Amino acid sequence: MLNINNLHVEVGGTSIIKGLTLCVPAGEVHAIMGPNGAGKSTLSYALTGREGYEVVGGTATLNGDDLLELAPEERAAKGLFLSFQYPLEIPGVPTLTFLRTALNAQRKARGEGEISVPDFMKLSRDVAKKLGVTPDMMKRPLNVGFSGGEKKRMEIYQMALLDPRFMILDETDSGLDIDALKVVSEGVNALRGPDKGMLVITHYQRLLDHIKPDRVHVLAGGRIVDSGGPELALALEADGYDRYKEAA
Amino acid sequence: MPAVKETIETVESLAEYEHGFITDIEMEMAPKGLNTDIVRYISAKKGEPDWMLEWRLAAYQRWLTMQEPSWAMVNYPTIDFQDSYYYAAPKAKVELNSLDDLDPEILETYKKLGIPLREQEVLAGVKGAPRIAVDAVFDSVSVATTFREELAKSGVIFCSMSESIKEYPDLVRQYLGTVVPVSDNFYATLNSAVFSDGTFVYIPPGVRCPMELSTYFRINAADTGQFERTLIIADKGAYVSYLEGCTAPMRDENQLHAAVVELVALDDAEIKYSTVQNWYPGDKNGVGGIYNFVTKRADCRGVRSKVSWTQVETGSAVTWKYPSCILRGDESQGAFYSIAITNGHQQADTGTKMIHLGKNTRSRIVSKGISAGKSNNTYRGLVSAHAKAKGARNFTQCDSLLIGDQCGAHTVPYVEAKTPYATFEHEATTTRLSEDQLFYCRQRGLPTEDAVALLVNGFVREVLQELPMEFAVEAQKLVAISLEGSVG
Repeated sequence: MLNINNLHVEVGGTSIIKGLTLCVPAGEVHAIMGPNGAGKSTLSYALTGREGYEVVGGTATLNGDDLLELAPEERAAKGLFLSFQYPLEIPGVPTLTFLRTALNAQRKARGEGEISVPDFMKLSRDVAKKLGVTPDMMKRPLNVGFSGGEKKRMEIYQMALLDPRFMILDETDSGLDIDALKVVSEGVNALRGPDKGMLVITHYQRLLDHIKPDRVHVLAGGRIVDSGGPELALALEADGYDRYKEAA
Repeated sequence: MPAVKETIETVESLAEYEHGFITDIEMEMAPKGLNTDIVRYISAKKGEPDWMLEWRLAAYQRWLTMQEPSWAMVNYPTIDFQDSYYYAAPKAKVELNSLDDLDPEILETYKKLGIPLREQEVLAGVKGAPRIAVDAVFDSVSVATTFREELAKSGVIFCSMSESIKEYPDLVRQYLGTVVPVSDNFYATLNSAVFSDGTFVYIPPGVRCPMELSTYFRINAADTGQFERTLIIADKGAYVSYLEGCTAPMRDENQLHAAVVELVALDDAEIKYSTVQNWYPGDKNGVGGIYNFVTKRADCRGVRSKVSWTQVETGSAVTWKYPSCILRGDESQGAFYSIAITNGHQQADTGTKMIHLGKNTRSRIVSKGISAGKSNNTYRGLVSAHAKAKGARNFTQCDSLLIGDQCGAHTVPYVEAKTPYATFEHEATTTRLSEDQLFYCRQRGLPTEDAVALLVNGFVREVLQELPMEFAVEAQKLVAISLEGSVG
């Protein structure tokens, strides 16, 4: 599914990712953990094609498609979704307008027809119910005046509605209280499937209690320095990242 | 939601300026240049009474003593006022009795522009055409005015300015020049001398105008100035909503458009005036385009009268325009909602004046300026309260959005309060279309141009909502088209 090989990324001329290799097969959820400044967010931006995150070496493919060749919107149409650590506010654009426009843009790029308004309304309501998104939130301009927790829930709502094949969750747990964390995690778990993949970026073990990863990787100094099963996350929670400092 | 989709489709299907075609038609022109003979020529062509000619000549003499204003934040080469035609009319073969006598080329022109001139087409709901009465002004003359009979049943007068001077001289003499005096400013005075046509509207007391009224201005002839004059009077307790649209062909020379619009609202009357201005803005190197130097003013003469100006300014090479309200009647209200978009080399200096004279008068200003390319966009506004304007209130909000790093946005608010009992609020923001927002939209699958259209439509939404439905959709498309190619 997602194959990253010896990836090097620079931001403003500074090398941040220094030879990262990672493979997430279809049907699996991998977690990436690591100290501040390890390059976790840089990885998510480089994969989604944000300007200023310059890939200077290596490859990244999704189902065989070379991601690095594609514009951000083309990557999205291929089914790559990023749940932002800090979701943006879009004043004056109602949430549902934004999502319908986005969904139709993706469908168009894939050569599919537009979704009809009634179908879209039904879909948006069904998904909203599961994630505790209120009709009021859907009518308001996207993320404007939302609390941190509401914004994160809205990210997962968008994810569920756009139904991507590969999902990157960047610090989705930050800003969520215990109850919200539960709702969001259930929403995320519902999106797991045999032909889907997920990369969960987090500082803390807490999220992984709810979204159980198949593999856990430690990112430090721009490289994967350790990999293991879910038990690795527990060990990290107990010991911290100190032992990887040298590796970095 | 459909409008957003439409915006996107339009962006895809259209390239640059949509209305830039030229109608090939035999014209009757006055000789180039300006002098008393030209003023007499125009007046004679229109068969005007002596009082009108005297009015024009006085204005011309006054104009000769005036200086072109230079305080606006716009730059353009000195205009040679002798190098322009002041009168251009399609040559009529016979006296026009019905649309069938109209040159088919002209009919075709309006068809292309999507302006319904045939009432039966409007009534039959051709392509969902809105039920709107139209006065079509082609260069210097009004070529057709629709739904006049139906409007006359409710006592509404809707006709061209030239006709009103002949048919309703008392009304015209009573109101013409009382809101924008002949000596008001350089361009208004020029207009008073040479104005050719425009629209006259009178709504009698207590009448709610049964349909939207509109005028569609088209400049076609080369080297020709358009000087239209519009006068709208809403008598006591009357209501009217009026729309104005404008386009012009693409030409390499700059063309002057100096209009005057006067609105009079008597006791308890309400006028809603909306404009979608889409004059040719010039090419991408800044060659050609319309100089839009317009004086628009409303006099809220009666108690509790209301006037609102809503404008979407996307065209013209240079815009100099300040639709204003004189809040004379006690408890009268004025509003100004504006979207001004500049791209390429366009320059706009626009805003409003709210002059509070009466007690407990209220005004509201919402201005959204968008600058892209190498353009400059200035909001210039005056809010003033005179000594007697106790309890005057104003709220002003000016937001500017910058796209790219070579454009400019400027806000120049003037505030004068001569009474301690006035409350003025002013809010202003300037933001750059953020790369973060753009990336967020693109990550969700929106191509850059669609993302810009969506973000900009979000920015101007508050003002678009003030427009009548049909215009809102058109305006939304325009917003998208005007900004095409502004990013990336």
